[in-house]
Amino acid sequence: MDNSFIRFDDVSKSFGALKVVEELNLDIGKGEFVSLLGPSGSGKTTILMMLAGFENPTSGAIWSDRKRIDKLPPHKRNMGVVFQNYALFPHMTVSENIAFPLKMRGTSRADTSERVKRALDMVQLGALAERRPSQLSGGQQQRVALARALIFEPEVVLMDEPLGALDKQLREQMQLDIRDLHKRLGLTVVFVTHDQTEALTMSDRIAVFNHGKIEQIGSPSEIYDHPSTRFVAEFIGETNLVAGSVHSIDGHEAVIRLENNEVIKVVAKDRLRSGSKVVFSIRPERIGLGAGPGNTLETRISDVVYYGDHLRLLLSGGGQSFVVKTDRNRLPPSVGDSLTVSFLPSDCWAVDA
Amino acid sequence: MNFLRVSKIVFGSVAVFFLLAPLFAILPLAFTNSAFLNYPIPGYSTRWFEELLTAEVWRRSIINSLIIGCGTTLLATVLGTLGALGLRGTQLSPVFSFIKTVFLLPMVVPAVVLGVGMQLMFARYGLANSYLGVIIAHTVVGVPFVVVNVLTVLQGSDRRLEQAAASLGAAPYVVLGKITLPLALPGIVSGAVFAFATSLDEVVLTLFVAGPNQRTLARQMFSTIRENISPAIAAAAFLFIVGTTLIAIALNLSVRVSQRGSRQ
Repeated sequence: MDNSFIRFDDVSKSFGALKVVEELNLDIGKGEFVSLLGPSGSGKTTILMMLAGFENPTSGAIWSDRKRIDKLPPHKRNMGVVFQNYALFPHMTVSENIAFPLKMRGTSRADTSERVKRALDMVQLGALAERRPSQLSGGQQQRVALARALIFEPEVVLMDEPLGALDKQLREQMQLDIRDLHKRLGLTVVFVTHDQTEALTMSDRIAVFNHGKIEQIGSPSEIYDHPSTRFVAEFIGETNLVAGSVHSIDGHEAVIRLENNEVIKVVAKDRLRSGSKVVFSIRPERIGLGAGPGNTLETRISDVVYYGDHLRLLLSGGGQSFVVKTDRNRLPPSVGDSLTVSFLPSDCWAVDA
Repeated sequence: MNFLRVSKIVFGSVAVFFLLAPLFAILPLAFTNSAFLNYPIPGYSTRWFEELLTAEVWRRSIINSLIIGCGTTLLATVLGTLGALGLRGTQLSPVFSFIKTVFLLPMVVPAVVLGVGMQLMFARYGLANSYLGVIIAHTVVGVPFVVVNVLTVLQGSDRRLEQAAASLGAAPYVVLGKITLPLALPGIVSGAVFAFATSLDEVVLTLFVAGPNQRTLARQMFSTIRENISPAIAAAAFLFIVGTTLIAIALNLSVRVSQRGSRQ
């Protein structure tokens, strides 16, 4: 079974007539950090729940470390789970919460208190050991939940939108903390999120889900730079989708006629056929102001939005509208002015509509 | 706006007065030294409490009420909690909503109807005129209170807590004992108090299924008020009200302490 540690083998899950997960095939390597990314209702949480054992697949098999686990009850799977709302036991103190998995495993009292102390130090909560969860802030509760899911040294840690309830600053801090723990302890992490930034910054690989199916799976840069479908291009980051038809193909360069009959050049790919309709994704930060190499377009500025570290221009040209991100130091003309923009053929990426 | 506020307060006080006035009317009579259950009270004494504790019929009925009340509480709490555990999270299934309705039925079925049915049935199974028969009868009307109370708490508590416990290595029975039941404790306790109070208060079923040996306090009050209207009834009522209130307060406090823990 090559080097896959966790394997979903044709796994489907339906609730009545509703198909939530359709024929999922997914391999996760040992020590890998994989994010399941998608809008709500895309089936990503259900996949995690099946891996943890809280849901049974309707069909298919789930393997972990060469053992079939889809019929195994959750308490025998030895996976750490971190829930969105932390799921700390309200009737136990912080240290009782963290000691719980050790108690379940019959660890000796002395060993338990030693490891709980170490775990509390790891998440810097030593002073709060005797508090109840309700007396902690969201970030502290999150760290307790992490410590509790890691203390029994599971090989796999499942996280269901664990940072969703935190404010932006804390979330970014926790992203770094979790990434650091993943590297330091060599954990295999399956991380469910609907936040594309979170997925991009933390993962080794991202699986983008839509309607219970994987739209695309790959490294963060593959997903961002080479989205395979229109859905992925729009879901990950911001993008400009340009529609047109293939006019001619010359070697590795194709000429595309836009809807207003302007033409642009793009890198030819196998699936482009002369005369066929295509959609391209061009990232806003790949479009430069002024004439340059590659394609140029004459546009008119319809809005300028100030973002602090950059400016965002809304342009109309080529028969449609474009968003462009630009350096705030190069202050552009104001709304209503015309503006020439340029972009390279290699930054136009054909996607499946 | 102001008129609305005033009328709210007036209506509220009238409603509260209507509910509490009978209690406050009967309670002082428990301390009368007269032989009659009426106002004005000529003087105060505790003779009727002594009567309750010394006269054999009253003493016996208090003990009976305690035996039957405790038995009912135990049985109703266990059965009701199990029922609530089975019913939760399944509101969408028509079968389960039917079963839930059946659980709650004794609340609305006239006690007379239940009483007749039970008398016939208990006679058949040799349970007539026995403590067990009365306890079973009281349990039937006590269980709905436990089911409702426990179900409310369970539906409000987070299923993920139990999933978390399972993922951390707790087998299902450990999850039940360490997570589910401790979290449901407030509902279980208030359900138990309701069951105990229901048993204390129950007269109609008792009339049908109890023999002379299982005469409860409520039953004794009921017959005393027909035979001779003695202030012992007021004294018994006083014990009732003070007793149930104290139990409810004590249990509520103990749950609150164990739930919240030490809060600085």
